[in-house]
Amino acid sequence: MKRSLLFWGLLVVALIALPPVVLALKQPFYLDLVRRIMILAIAAVSLNLILGYGGMVSFGHAAYLGIGAYAVGILGFYGITSGWVHILVAIGASALVALAIGAVSIRTSGIYFIMITLAFTQMLYYLGISVAEFGGDDGMRLKSKSQFGSLVDLRDPVQFYYLALVLMLLSVFLVSRIVNSRFGLVLRATKSNEARSRAIGFSPYPYQLAAFVIAGAMCGLAGALLANHTAYIAPAFMDWTRSGEIMFMVILGGMATAPGPALGAFALLIVEDLLAGWTQHWQVILGPLLVLCVLFFKRGLAGLLPGGGKDG
Amino acid sequence: MTFSLVFEQLLNGLQYGVMLFLMAAGLTLVLGIMNMVNLAHGSLYMVGAYLAVAATQWTGSYVLGLVLGLAGTLVVGMLVEVIALRALYQRDHLDQVLATFGLILFFNELIAIVWGRAALFASPPDFLKGHIELFTGSRYPIYRVAIILVGFLIAVLLWYVVTQTRLGMLIRAGASNRAMVGALGINIRLLYTVVFGFGAALAGLAGILAGPIYNVQPGMGELILIQVFVVIVIGGIGSIRGAMVGALIVGIVDTLGRAFLKPLLGHVISPPAAESAGPALASMLIYLIMAVVLAIRPAGLFPARGG
Repeated sequence: MKRSLLFWGLLVVALIALPPVVLALKQPFYLDLVRRIMILAIAAVSLNLILGYGGMVSFGHAAYLGIGAYAVGILGFYGITSGWVHILVAIGASALVALAIGAVSIRTSGIYFIMITLAFTQMLYYLGISVAEFGGDDGMRLKSKSQFGSLVDLRDPVQFYYLALVLMLLSVFLVSRIVNSRFGLVLRATKSNEARSRAIGFSPYPYQLAAFVIAGAMCGLAGALLANHTAYIAPAFMDWTRSGEIMFMVILGGMATAPGPALGAFALLIVEDLLAGWTQHWQVILGPLLVLCVLFFKRGLAGLLPGGGKDG
Repeated sequence: MTFSLVFEQLLNGLQYGVMLFLMAAGLTLVLGIMNMVNLAHGSLYMVGAYLAVAATQWTGSYVLGLVLGLAGTLVVGMLVEVIALRALYQRDHLDQVLATFGLILFFNELIAIVWGRAALFASPPDFLKGHIELFTGSRYPIYRVAIILVGFLIAVLLWYVVTQTRLGMLIRAGASNRAMVGALGINIRLLYTVVFGFGAALAGLAGILAGPIYNVQPGMGELILIQVFVVIVIGGIGSIRGAMVGALIVGIVDTLGRAFLKPLLGHVISPPAAESAGPALASMLIYLIMAVVLAIRPAGLFPARGG
């Protein structure tokens, strides 16, 4: 356990040290790449709360990425640039949508749960495509980035980088606090044995729904950051392949470990970037790699760490 | 005029529903019998379409192209089953979703490498070109009529195989208790491969038929795949009858919604509002139906497994 803590500590130090190093080497591209990875890592960490700890295989997590992004975009469209309002609306809207989707979906289970979460995300995707005011299929440009006064300036890549880093660490911390709380114990119990957790007096539904809403809200925050990162919002944020990608980050990094999915995000997106730099047909390599990972690498990257990285 | 327009769109819906059925039949059997979520079913649809186009160009004959395309998809399906999917039957749905998601990336890119990303042109055979007159002043393409007929023919054939033959008996038995079927001395692995192969061939057939109507391009399978899942969830997993009913509901509702929702809404709310709300609502319609069906009947309309 100590050694795995050391590993995570070194990783964080490396991330803190990255901006001065890449700027000194005149490679600002990597700042951009790592920032994007950290933002998507927040999404993966949030999905892990319901997927890894709650056993809910949501195939529609990209929906909240889209809602968070559109919240920023639409507010900006109407001239509201305050970052605090952006963040609040992004989180609030994602939580509300997650509440609606979760309230229906959690009544089902198994394949039906996978399909209904996918279906709701498709609905939002088509909504995004058909609303012409906000760009429709082509998406829309973000007029100006969220403004947080003198606290942090998102136009400065380094400041934005550190904001993403802090929020990613906070999300890992939040998830690990949640799953180790009484609430988290019940959530994990419903995953390992629903009948037994009923028998000792816990109805799973409200716990699962609450976790679903929390995960959606966190992912909405990631969406708001992503909109600022790309300065562009499109329905493609909610594409079902994006949901699959986030899901894969969780599995690759290690389910049911709080920081694992962030590691998965780094591994997947760096491999993607390397392959894409090597050949335009990188997906023909990535696809079989995913299959092999699922077949032979069940414990995920965090599982390689000493102590198995459980609940680290 | 309006009546003939509605009738035409109804036929279009029927034609789309029949294609959804061809996809859903194989997928629902795989889901019902092997308890396997196969996202790569859409890739087999795409593979079928491409193989048929290539074989038609090579042989110069539509019929030969069709046969080669079907046989090719059957082989590809069986290969995928033996190489990758067989190891996934015992895994949970999460693993199946992710692994078959990986297969989709692979197939889409492989097709793009071989044939490029641009859409291919596929045309109906000469003997199916032209229109028939339904009633005075209304012409309908023969090719679409042919698709509807082929679809219903396959449905009858499937019904016969599943309910009247020994293979069908094994399939139904496998759906209700696979361990018992295995214990009674049936080679379950072979049965799975055969079922998967024929499901793949049906998906390939849908792709081949779709070629001249929709675009033949990488990723064509995913658009229809998600709708096929809606069909299966509405119909009930593992039920061929459910797949048929679900496919017709989704096909007709989706087609009519796209055609008439906007003008109809224009009567209720202001036309500019209908202009943007119509298409949005039309593309969400089938998902709404699915949510309603799941809320009322969580196991679909025909929950009987293997029926």
